[in-house]
Parts: sequence; C-alpha cells; structure tokens
Amino acid sequence: MNIPTSNVQSSAESGAKPRERKQRHVAEEIRGKIYVYFCVLLMIVTIFSIVYFIASRGLAPFVSQGVALKDMLLGLKWKPEGEPPLFGALPFLFGSFATSLFAAIIAAPLAFCASIYMTEIMPKFGKTVLQPAIELLAGIPSVVYGFVGLSVIVPFLRDTFPGQGVGVLAGALVLSIMILPTITTIATDSLRSLPNGLKEGSYALGATRWQTISRIILPTTLPSLLTGVVLGIARAFGEALAVQMVIGNAPHIPHSLFESATTLTSIITLEMGNTTSGSLHNNALWSLALILLMMTFLFVFVVRMLERRVKR
Amino acid sequence: MIIEIEKLQLYYGEFQALKNVDLSIPERSVTAFIGPSGCGKSTLLRTLNRMNDSIPGVRIEGTVSIQGRDIYASDTEVEFLRKRVGMVFQQPNPFPKSIYDNVAYGPRLHGRTKKAELDELVEKSLRSASLWEEVKDVLKKSAWSLSGGQQQRLCIARALAVEPDILLMDESTSALDPISTTKIEELTRELCKQYTIVMVTHNMHQAARISDRTVFFLNGEVVEAADTQTLFSSPVDQRTEDYISGRFG
Ligand SMILES: Nc1ncnc2c1ncn2[C@@H]1O[C@H](COP(=O)(O)OP(=O)(O)OP(=O)(O)O)[C@@H](O)[C@H]1O
Ligand SMILES: [Mg+2]
Repeated sequence: MNIPTSNVQSSAESGAKPRERKQRHVAEEIRGKIYVYFCVLLMIVTIFSIVYFIASRGLAPFVSQGVALKDMLLGLKWKPEGEPPLFGALPFLFGSFATSLFAAIIAAPLAFCASIYMTEIMPKFGKTVLQPAIELLAGIPSVVYGFVGLSVIVPFLRDTFPGQGVGVLAGALVLSIMILPTITTIATDSLRSLPNGLKEGSYALGATRWQTISRIILPTTLPSLLTGVVLGIARAFGEALAVQMVIGNAPHIPHSLFESATTLTSIITLEMGNTTSGSLHNNALWSLALILLMMTFLFVFVVRMLERRVKR
Repeated sequence: MIIEIEKLQLYYGEFQALKNVDLSIPERSVTAFIGPSGCGKSTLLRTLNRMNDSIPGVRIEGTVSIQGRDIYASDTEVEFLRKRVGMVFQQPNPFPKSIYDNVAYGPRLHGRTKKAELDELVEKSLRSASLWEEVKDVLKKSAWSLSGGQQQRLCIARALAVEPDILLMDESTSALDPISTTKIEELTRELCKQYTIVMVTHNMHQAARISDRTVFFLNGEVVEAADTQTLFSSPVDQRTEDYISGRFG
C-alpha cells in the first residue's frame, strides 16, 4: 500500500514502517476497547446492585416477614407500627397514578400546542424565545415548584373550590408544569424531524395549515408525541418533593380532586427517616420503592414499544 | 394558452432568482424546463402553484395568469389554486397512510366524503396513474410499503384525485430506476391528453422524448422557448446550442 500524498501524513508517521504503524493502531484499539468495556461494566454493576438491593429489601416482607403481596397492593390501611401492623399501599398507588396521569392530561395538550406553535406557526419566535424559556423550566429545582405550588396554587384552590386547597388537583397542577418541558421538548424534536416533503405534499394538494397539522403532522408524529407523554408521566411518578409539599399527605383514597391524598414517593421520603434498617416498617418502604422501580421499567418498556412504531 | 407569465421577477431576499420571465404554456401539452442546476427551473415551477409563498423573504413582481386569472391577485384562494394546479415532487412523498387514504386525502380536504364517490375517484385516479392493477388488492396497505417507482405513481394518482387542470412535475423521475422512469414517461404522454403538464428535467433525452415544448433557462432568464423538435434540432440562441450539445452545464 503506497500512498503518494506524503504531505498529508505527519513526518513521524511517514517514517514509520507499515508494520509498526499497524501495531500502534492495534494497541490503540485495545486500549480504547478496555476503557469502553470498563465503563460499561461499571454501569451494569451499578444498575444491578441497585436493583438487587431494592429487590432484596423490598421482597423481604413478603418472603420472610409474613406480609401478603395482595394485602399491600389492595389494602386500604397503612399502619406499619399498629397492632397488628397493616401495609395497605393502595392509597399511595392511587395517589401516584392519579396525580401523574392527571398532570399528563393537563400538560400534554399544552405541550403539543406549544411545540406546534414553535415549529409550524412562529418558528423564529419559537426558537429564540419560547424554546429557551421552556428549557429553563426544566432546570428549576423541584423544591421551587413545590414552593410556588404551596404559595400560589394552594391558596387559589382554597379560595375557589371547597376544601383546603392541598390535594390531588394541586399536586397534579404542580406536576403538570414540571413535566411540560419534557413533553414539549420531545414533541418539538419529533415535529422538527418530520420530513419536509410530507408537509409540502399536503399543501400542494390544497390543504390549509390546520388541515395539514391535524391530518398529517399530528398523526405521523403521534408515537413520538406519546413517547414524550409517557416520559412525562414517568417523571411525575417519580417526583417526590414538590408533590409532597402540596398534596396534603393523607393516607387514604380521596373522593374528589380537592381532597388530600398521598403518593408512593412522598410516603417513602416522609417515613424513611423514622425507621430502623431491617425492621418490617423499613422493609415495607423498600417494597414501595420496588413498586416504583417496576413502574419505571414499565414506562421504559412502553417508550421502547412506541419507538419501534416510530421506526416502522 | 392556459398559463401566461409576464415580466416575472422573483427575489429570494436580495438574490434575484428569476429575471423578466415571459412565457406562455399551451393547454394539454407537455412543457419541459431544462437548464443547468440553480438556474431557477424549480423556482418558476413553484410560482405556478404558489409553493414559494411559505419561504420567508420571497418577493414577486409581474403577473402569472392561469386560465386568464392572475394567481397573485389578492382575491386568489391559494388552496383552490393548488387544487387546480397539482404538483409531483422529486422525491416520492406518500403520506404514512394506506394507499387508499393517500389518494383520498385530497378529495377529502375539499369536502368529498361519500364512500362510494371516493371509491370511484380512488380507482379512477389509480388507473390514470397506471397503478391500479398493481395495488387494487392491497389498497389498505401502507403506502410506504410500495417501491419507489410505485410510490411516485401513487403521488401522481394523489395529485390527479383532486381533478386538477395542470400538473407540475419537478424532476419526478430523477430518483427512480430506468424501468419506473419509462413507465412515468409513458404515463406523462398519456396524461397530457387531459392535463397540461409542466415538468423540470435534467435529462435532455427525456425532454426530447416526451415534451411538446421545451424552455431553456440560464441564470434566471428564459433563453429560448420553442417546439421541442425545433429547439433540439435548430436552436436559435448560441447558449442553447452549447447547452444541448453538452458544452456546458
Ligand atoms: N429558499 C431559497 N432561498 C434562497 N435562495 C434560493 C432558495 N431556493 C432557491 N434559491 C436560489 O435560487 C436559484 C434557483 O434555484 P432553483 O431551485 O429554482 O434552481 P433549479 O434550476 O431548480 O436547480 P436544480 O436543477 O439544481 O434543481 C438558485 O441559485 C438557488 O440558490
Ligand atoms: Mg430544482
């Protein structure tokens, strides 16, 4: 192999014999591989230890401490220090699902509108003003959201609706603002990546802008839009602090949106500090964490399914 | 003359892409635009159905009349104009819908919803695009499962379904294999009995084969417009001769 363009190669390299050069490449290759494999291994070990740790603690109540899984998933009473102790987690599950789904129902339409506005209607303004603003929302710490919820949303709800203001609706509202950036960003990306030809094809047939948006753009990007929604729900499901500040933390299933409730995450953060490691109460909280983890896996799985649909 | 263009100037911001274009295009014929890359063929084609409107900074002077009406007049309804002036693009761009829904898309936009009526229209359009025999049993299949050539004919069917008078084709065979290209060329000859076809092509043999009239562009100007036979056998302008004999471009 003789390459005549000697000025392209560095003088050191052109002096080296082909075999040396090859050896050097092999060595580099191996070094890179070792580095990459090490990082991957570290990540896998970390993930597995976390899962193993949560699972071993979280399964203990069912395996060795005499709690029935059914009682935890369907029980209504949470009295871990009572006689006998009760571990009904249904109210928390309900609270977590209710607030996150409700948050998604509020946030998704807003996010879709915002991203359509940013991509189709005012791309310039969207890119220079709206998008940075929304990305900024994503960077605000959750305690700030909780605080705003507590000092703005809760008083507003208290004055407008029956009840104390704290409750499912307050939690859902706070969460909806928190997940707005997630859904908007993903929706905007998917709208931007839509091939231009599709839109032009629609316009060329005499479609108006709204017809094109509703009949081509939204249906085509729907799987990606739903991916954003699921990731938003996942984020809302795992959020602890902000919700905990506005939901009222009452361990029962609420009868209305304005009643206090609680979520898996808030109960874990509230009670974890008061229990001793290895106790039944402590392990039961790990069971809740395990449920959270399972839900996260489920969300990831759903996202994967949606992504597969996008590719087709 | 179904299309009449007078003193058309088109600017992309500061850049003038079309200079003083005067051109008439006769009804029920194939007119081919040829010329080197960047000379403004697509730009002119897209002024005919106002697809340039959405590009920021575009400015147009002069008049473009279709069937005697100025399409840039303030009372022109762009959607209605595009219904009359259909367009087929360089890359086949079927919607991610079924074959049937692709063809029915246009008619539905314009208020046709009766199932029987749509069925008939879909069949007729697919037949005109000589695609019916290949897809009549799989109308519910996704349009993206078709081959590139079939997709392009589907796009032609889709454009025909809104019953246009004029069909604009911008290098519509350049992304296709020779057999699909031949099919679409034959189709074009067939369609020009009913429709006015204006096409852009880089392939001079194609222009010579299928067009009735040829327009040669250079740097945003019309250098020569004539019967295809005349233009290729005895061009008047030296630049045309240089181009068709392959001396530049
Ligand atoms: N959106 C745009 N903004 C600015 N300039 C443009 C735009 N579209 C085209 N132009 C310029 O206008 C000129 C004509 O472009 P046009 O696409 O009409 O050329 P064309 O003849 O179709 O070329 P090709 O054969 O490569 O398709 C080119 O110089 C191009 O750079
Ligand atoms: Mg072009």
